[in-house]
This record gives sequence, C-alpha cells and structure tokens, in this order.
Amino acid sequence: MSVAAKPAAGAGPVLEVRGLIIELPKGSDRKLAVDNASFSVGRGEIVCLVGESGSGKSVIAQSVMGLLPKQLPVAGGSILLEGEDITHAPLSRLRQLRATRMSMVFQEPMTALNPVMSCGEQVDEVLEEHTTLSPAERRAKILETIREVRLPEPERIYASYPHQLSGGQRQRIVIAMALILDPALIIADEPTTALDVTTQAQILQLIRDLQARHGTGVLFITHDFGVVAEIAQRVAVLRLGNLVEFGARDEVLKRPSHDYTKMLIRAVPTLAPVGRAADPGAPVVLQIRNLSKTYIDRGWLTKRREVHAATAVNLEVRRGQTLGIVGESGSGKSTVARCVVRLIDPTSGEVLLGGQDIATLSASKLRPLRRRVQIVFQDPYRSLNPRRRVGEAIIEGPLNYGLSRSEAIVRARKLMELVRMDPASLERYPHQFSGGQRQRICIARALAMEPELLIADEAVSALDVSVQAQVLGLLEEIRGRLNLAMLFITHDLRVAAQICDHVAVMSQGHVVEYGPASEVFLRPQHEYTRALFAAAPGRDFAFSTDPR
Amino acid sequence: MATDKTADNADDALSTESADVMRYESAWQRVRRSWSVRIGGCVLLVLLFIAVAAPWLGTVDPTLFDAGSRDLKPGQPGEIITLDGDTIKHTFIMGSDSFGRDIYSRVIYGTRVSLVVGAFSAVVALAFGIVLGLVSGYIRWLDGPLMRVMDGVMAIPAILIAIALVAMFRASLLSVIIAIAIPEIPRVTRLVRSLVLTIREEPYVEAAVSLGTPTWKIMFSHILPNTVAPLLVQGTYICAFGILVEAILSFLGVGLPPDIPTWGNIMSEGRSQFVTFPHNVFFPGLFLAATVLAVNILGDGLRDTLDPKMARRA
Amino acid sequence: MLATIPVLAIVAVLVFLMLRLTPGDPAAILAGDAANTEQIAKIREGLGLDRPLIVQFGIWARDIVSGDLGESFYFKMKVTALIGQRLEATLSLATLTILFAVSTAVPLGVLAAWRFGGWFDRMLMGFSVMGFSIPVFVLAYILIWVVSLKLGWLPVQGYKPISEGFWPFLRHLILPSITLAVIYVALIARVTRASVLEALGEDYIRTARAKGLPESRVLIRHALANAAIPIVTVIGIGIGLLIGGVVVTESVYAIPGLGRLTVDAVLARDFPTIQGVILFFSVVYVVVNLLVDLSYVFFDPRIRY
Repeated sequence: MSVAAKPAAGAGPVLEVRGLIIELPKGSDRKLAVDNASFSVGRGEIVCLVGESGSGKSVIAQSVMGLLPKQLPVAGGSILLEGEDITHAPLSRLRQLRATRMSMVFQEPMTALNPVMSCGEQVDEVLEEHTTLSPAERRAKILETIREVRLPEPERIYASYPHQLSGGQRQRIVIAMALILDPALIIADEPTTALDVTTQAQILQLIRDLQARHGTGVLFITHDFGVVAEIAQRVAVLRLGNLVEFGARDEVLKRPSHDYTKMLIRAVPTLAPVGRAADPGAPVVLQIRNLSKTYIDRGWLTKRREVHAATAVNLEVRRGQTLGIVGESGSGKSTVARCVVRLIDPTSGEVLLGGQDIATLSASKLRPLRRRVQIVFQDPYRSLNPRRRVGEAIIEGPLNYGLSRSEAIVRARKLMELVRMDPASLERYPHQFSGGQRQRICIARALAMEPELLIADEAVSALDVSVQAQVLGLLEEIRGRLNLAMLFITHDLRVAAQICDHVAVMSQGHVVEYGPASEVFLRPQHEYTRALFAAAPGRDFAFSTDPR
Repeated sequence: MATDKTADNADDALSTESADVMRYESAWQRVRRSWSVRIGGCVLLVLLFIAVAAPWLGTVDPTLFDAGSRDLKPGQPGEIITLDGDTIKHTFIMGSDSFGRDIYSRVIYGTRVSLVVGAFSAVVALAFGIVLGLVSGYIRWLDGPLMRVMDGVMAIPAILIAIALVAMFRASLLSVIIAIAIPEIPRVTRLVRSLVLTIREEPYVEAAVSLGTPTWKIMFSHILPNTVAPLLVQGTYICAFGILVEAILSFLGVGLPPDIPTWGNIMSEGRSQFVTFPHNVFFPGLFLAATVLAVNILGDGLRDTLDPKMARRA
Repeated sequence: MLATIPVLAIVAVLVFLMLRLTPGDPAAILAGDAANTEQIAKIREGLGLDRPLIVQFGIWARDIVSGDLGESFYFKMKVTALIGQRLEATLSLATLTILFAVSTAVPLGVLAAWRFGGWFDRMLMGFSVMGFSIPVFVLAYILIWVVSLKLGWLPVQGYKPISEGFWPFLRHLILPSITLAVIYVALIARVTRASVLEALGEDYIRTARAKGLPESRVLIRHALANAAIPIVTVIGIGIGLLIGGVVVTESVYAIPGLGRLTVDAVLARDFPTIQGVILFFSVVYVVVNLLVDLSYVFFDPRIRY
C-alpha cells in the first residue's frame, strides 16, 4: 500500500467538524453523545477539547478516526479532513488515512502498546502497511524517529518490549508511531492524564515542539484546565455533548462567556496556598516517628527483593489542622496513610495517637482505638459494598462500638444532612449515587465514628473538577466545624494548596520537605519540590478571577 | 471555594455529575429476563416433575421383567408380570430390553438418580470448597500446604478419581455422590480463595476494617455475599458434570448396581445389542443429553447475568 | 514450576491413600465372597497389607521411584509392561484428537470473537454448550450408528496398530478421535473466543486500528498473540478431560489402550494396575502442564523463569 495521496497543502483547516451529531445506544441517560458540535483545527494549531467525564470529548476524537463502536453511530453533520469529507468514508479509505494523514495518541501509555511485540516492530507495522520502503530503510527511519522523540539509545529502545519502559517512554513511543509518517492531524486523547506531573510536563513540551516543527494540527483532549492553559491556542468546551463555548485560549479562560465554563474555571483550585497560621497550642493528635515500611518479596528460589515504600518518616498533625502529603505515584504517601490506619503493619517506627503508640498493637488491643482514625479512599465506586444499603454502611461502625441501632440511625441521619444529602438516601443502594455523592457517603461513614483524625487518601482525585471543588469545600467545612485533625494525601499540588495548613512532600519513600503550606509553596527549599512546582501545568496562567 | 448557598445551588444546576449514574436493574431482574435461564430452568422443572411423578406417568415398576416381552421395538404392545404375579398388558413406548423390562419406565425412574446425584454432588463440593477456600484465604500459613494438596488432587483426572473411589467403596448412591464431588472440591476451593483474596483488597472491606468490624463479621457480611453469584454458577456446572460422570460410571459397569434404573445402566445393558436394538441406548442417551444441556444452559445464563466479569473470562 | 515435584509427591500419596483408606479391603475383594477369614489373611500377608501403612507406602514409593509399579493381580504381569503394551493405541488416539481439536477450535474461536454476537458466534456457542453436554458414549453411538452402520464408511470398532499400515490405522481412529475431540473443541473454542474477545477490548487493539492496519493483522498479530496464554493453558488443562474421555471412548470402540485397561482393572479389582494407571495418567497430566507453563516464555516476553 502506498502513502495516501496528499492533497495540496491548502490554506483551509486540517480538520473541520460541522454540526456533528452522534447517538447513544437506547436506554442511556441521554439521547445524544454529541449534539451539534462544530469546531475546526487549523494547520499547525493546537485546539483543546475540554470537558468533564461524560461530556463526549473522547467520542468526538474517535469519530474523527472512524474508531467509534457501532453502538455510537454518527447521525448527522460532517467531518472534513483536509477538505475531504470522511464522515461516512468506507473503512478501506479510513485505513489509508490513518497514520498517514491523521493519527492518534491515547491516554493510557501502559496499555496502548501491545505487550507481546517489541516497540520497534510496532512502529514498523505503520511503515510496512503504508510505505514501500525496504526493511533497512524502515529501520533507519524508525531509529531516527525514536531519536526525535528524545528517547535514549534508540537501538535498545527498538528491541525493547513495552514492559521494559517507563510510562513516559511508552508515551514517547506512541507519539513516535503517530508522527512517523508526518500526518496533518494528531489527535491526543488525554495523553498525559495517566502520567506523573513531572513526566507530564516533559511530554507536553515534546508535543508542542514536534507540532511546531512539523506544522501539525493537534486536537488535544483533556479535562485539566492547567494543561489547557499550558498548551492550547484555541479551546472548545463541552458539556453533556453540547459544545458550549469555542474561542481563543485567553478569551475562554480569562473571559468565559458561558455559565458552565465560568463554573469550571472557578472550580480550578489556585496554586496559591490558603494555609492559615497554625495554632501552636492545639494538642497533637497524630505523631509519626521514624516510620518505615519495607516490603520483602521472598519468592521461592527467586532473589530476595526489598522495596522501601517509606523510610524514616516523621510527621505530626494537631487538632483542627490539615497536613497534606504530596507526592507522585510510588512516593510512599499512601503507605504512610495505610500504616496510620493500620491497614498495613509498619516495619519500624512509632505511630502515636494521642500519645499512645499503635504501630505494633495486636489486633484486639487495636480495635478500641480504631474509632479514633478514619479514612476516605480514592475510588468512590469501590469504597461501598454494592450489596448493602448506604444506611447499613454508615451504622456499621457505631454498632461495632456498642451503639444501639436506633441511636446509630439517628446519628446517620444527622450526618447525611451534614454532608448535604437527603437522609432518605440511607435506604438506597450505592449504585444509585454518582461518584461525588458516594464520596460524601464515605465521609459520613467515617464521621459516624466521631474520629479525631480523618485521613483522605486521594479522596477527590477520581472526581471531576466541579465535583472535586464541592467535596473539598465540604471537607474543609467539616474539619472546621468538628475541629478535626486531617491528613490529606494527594498528588495534585493545586488541591493541596487549597486545603492544607502544613505540607510534607514525599519522594521515593522519604519526606524531602516538610513545613507550613505557605513556606513550602512560596519558598520551596528542596530541589525535588522545586521541580514538582515547575512541572505543574498552567502554573503561570492567571485564570478568570471574575467572581461571577 | 464558594461558600454562599446560592452560588452552590447554581453550580449544582450546571454540574454534569448526575450523568454518570446509570440505570440499574437488579441481578434478579436480569436473571429473569435471560432466555438461557428461562429455557434451562423450564426443562429442569419438567424433569423434576418427571422424577417426582414417575409412578403416575404410565410406568410400571422399573425392575419388573417378563420373558415373553424381550427385545420389543418401541411402541410394541406386550405383557409384564407384576410383583404379585399378575400379568398385565403394557405398551412398551420405548421398547424393552433383553430381560423384557420396560425401557420407558426405567428411563423415567432414572431421572431420579441423575437429578439427585447432580444436585448433591454440587452441594457437597460447594460445602467443602467454601470452607477450605475461606480457610485458605484467611489463614495464610495454611494456604501453601492446602493449595499444594489441591494441586495434587487436580492433577489426577476427575473421572479416574471417581472410578477408583467407587470401585473401592462398593457403589451406593452416597459413595457415587462423594466420588463425584471429591475431584471438584479443589476447583471450588480455588475459586473461593481467589474471590476472598480479591474482595479482601476492596476499599469497602478495608473501610470495614478501619470501622473496627471483627474479621468473622467481615467474612459473613462483606465477603461471602459477594461470592454467591460465582458459586451459584460454578454449582450448576458441577451439577451438569456430576450427572455426566454418574452416567459414565454406570455405563462402564462400575457405578450403581444394575438393578437400580439409571440412564447409564440402561445404556450399559443395551450396549451388546446396539446394532439390532439401538433404542436401548438412544432413549436414555437423549434424556441424559437433554438434562445436562438444560443444566449447562441454565449455568451459562446465570453466569452471563449474575457474573459478567466471569462471563468475559470464559 | 519446581512446584511440579511436590505436586507429583502429593499425587503419589493421594493415589496410595485412595486405595488404602477407603472402606473396601483389597484382600477381601480379591479373595471373593466365598473365602474365609484365614484365606483372606493369607492373601493380605502375601500382598504386604498386614504391615503398617507407612511401611507399605515406603515400599511402594521406593518401587515407583525405581520404575516398578508392581505386578498385576489379574493380568499376571508387570504393570509397567502392561502400560507399555497399551500405550501405542492411547497415544495415537490422543495425538490425533489434540491435533484435530486445536486446529479447528482456535480458528473457530477467533472468528466468533471477531464477529461477537453475530450468527456465527451464537452458533459456535450453541455448539459448545452441546459439546459439553452430550455424553461421550452417546455421541460415540450416534456416530457409529450413522457413519458405520447406516453409511458403512468406517469400521464400527477395533484398532489396527500403525505397523499394519497407515490407512487401516487411521480408518479405525477417525471416529474415536472425533468423538473424543468434541468436548475438547468446545472447551478450547470457548476459551479462545473469550480471551480473544478480551484482548480485542484492550487499548492496544485501538492503537493497532488507529495505525490503519488491516483487520486480519489486528486479529492475529495483536489479539490472538495476546490471547495465547489462556489458550495453551486450557489445552493443557483439557488433557484431564481428554484422559477421562479416553477411558470411555476406548471402551465403546473396543480399542486396547490404557483407558480400556483402567476399566478392566477396576472391574477385576486389580489394585496394582489401577494405581499404576492412575499414577501414569497423573504424571502425564502434570508433565504436560509443566511444558505448557514453560511455553509461556515463548508467548509473553514479560514472563521469565
């Protein structure tokens, strides 16, 4: 097969979407996945498609590539690639266009590559399919492209299997694959969402550089306004399949016209810390001394492997204060949280709860103390037993500590009001609630124990930005009203800035920086902390501060 | 962060959150809508009826024989001597065997043995498997040795275990059920163990731990209820397999004694005359295949509706 | 992988215990109903059954390690020799069945997954439920009745060793292999379909399609290549079903193989032979599955031993 005929590089847009309508299968909560969306991507331009989950942004991306499943038919409108109408193009034509005129970079670099095929071979497939180059020429071109996406040792990378590379490296391979035939359009569907913030910054930089050098049009799909601020030239905002706003970046981000856009942008937490001055007289609720957790992997005959998940961690939280632990994946921040709740047993060190060390207490001695520390987890969909009513979940703890059923139910009803939910919800099952509502239920369940310390382990990370803002507001309000100590685990610097009084930055199991939020955010000392802040997308961008 | 109520309400109205709440049917509703469950279930109900009502379905005592009515073709009339010594007229719908016994009556009564063996071998295998699986999933030091023994049992082909055990026990209904259930226990154990190990890691179980819920209570209120669906599915498959193995044992002549009417026994006796009188093999074979098929279809239906994750696995 | 050795040891213990701990007394069964206690005691002594269990096991284990499975009560010859005699027929039958089953089931499963929910998929799934449900011997009789008796195309029963010519050998094995293969095809096709279907839902398939690759390449090079491990695993596990099927099939088709030997031994209460054959089959099963485990390296670069 040969390279699809290149139309003359005209002045028109690379991609033009006009009045696109895509249907949802019958029985969905709404009729259309995409309702009358129109936008365009110019040559050498980056257009961001922003929206919360369920907005239809990925559906649009896939419809351009012709990768939509049959259940989501295009019911109206048109998609023009370099002037050619490909809305209902036959598969054979789409196959010619894919990788040559348009290509795609996906969200999950960990799963986007075939695990049983070497990276070089996977890139080679593109050339084998679309060009008449000889094997030697193909190899040379692939090595050159691997170099272009700034991967070290191209020869080694060529022969590597995906599992031998890091997430960032894999994403570079995917980008190499998308770029190798110099397409006019690249669609990037949340390409950095699954990556750590420092890797994300590098990949964003790479995409920007390559697109500038090749003059490629990029349709960049994201939910993150920081990323939008970082990379976009124009922005389209989607809400439930409707394109509510489309315009230049500064226009949309600084002077949004639609209420929805305003609400979203208002919900984006700023990087400026709001931490209040700590009351030094408040009693210490939790003190962690020299806490370490080492996992020992002792396979049968395999070499003994030690993983130091957390090393010599020292932290303290006082009543009425919030300590944030910030770090990238694998930094050990969740390990610390789980040690404090004793879901895992620390290897060494002390966890003092109101002066009493619980690090090595036996299960029976620990039980009376469990009440004092409660935790809210990340995934709202797995945090509630799907087979038990919400009410059962909330009274489970109090019943364990001897409260009568009727008293526990009274308490549960009060708590539902506290987390702004209808007490009648107690009779319903978890599947009847949205992610944000479930997270409120989990908070109520934790509070039913009347704890002294509340741990939020990435508790808002799985939520859309608007919901995230609501749940954060709720947590802040509850902490204030009940005078709780809070340990807040997050990877998101913006969220941490919003809620924490003190911040500990963790990297590879160590606390590298620890102090009042204002100090850490405004005058970071450690090199890693600085790198982390430097990588935060959109850090220099002033979003609309217009109150309404 | 907006603190004033009006702002909150305006934002709530704009929020797209409710969109991810999916319409939901209870598992039971889905099960009832499944055609596989309906068909398999109906056939099984009919078979259950046949088993219970066997004496009133135009049958005679399945052990009766009459030398004058040997080797009749299906549908031929003949006579049969009752236990009291009376001779009565009888139409042999499915013919008779070389002793002059009524195949139809034997096939109808044979339903009883098959259903009992299938159901009870599943119950026995599940009961032992659940206990061993829970032990293995919760008492970690026992896990290694126990699973090695289970590997050992699984390494011996199931039918060989059944044959050898029945040969030793001298076949009775109980020994046949036990012999069929034993090789199935490791599979149930493994299933329960893997479910326990997965569910233990679920955040809602961890939440229960931090709520101070004792381990036994977590096991019964959080873990066991979530194993019901896969176990029910597994149970139907064991039932189908049990019915098949019982028939194989009887057919090979190592199962229940020949005077007990089982489908396998009828076929076993019909073997030698298969070339001239194939109906001796085909009628019980048809019932056997239909029964196992019904149980398997029911199992597939339950799996597809109750346990979609497992449905994708195979 | 090295777990194979403890598993084999456990199998040996289980096979030994199975025939010693069950209520039946081998000596009594062997002596027959007419024997008196004295005769039974004598037989028991002759078999060494009067010694403590652990001693009996020690002797037995020492013997099997040195390759001695004892002497058959009924056939009056060494069990190892007996197995050697019967091996060719069973091995031929099993090999032919596996070749036939794998070569049909895998393509069928892939096709069904590709056209998931279509008529072909539904037909295959229907066939596979029936394959699981129809008893081996019923199927055998249907085939004999149609193909051999009504059409007269193939012999009804019997076995011809390969030394008597390839064609007669093959002719006698066609029906038994088909009979035996049905359940195996059903099993492999089902697992192939399920695992290819799962692979087709993965992100890398979307990537492959986004590269503009033709469906055939997506299906084989990407989906099937990633589905290989569950497929070879089930081929290995299916050997257990196959062995069960061999016992029945050989009886129906009067093939003088190990399956037939098992039934004869059970009917004759010939314990050394029963033990020997079960042990032999189990070792085959364990070794085949060990090879399957080793083959993973070939299918998945992430796996290393």
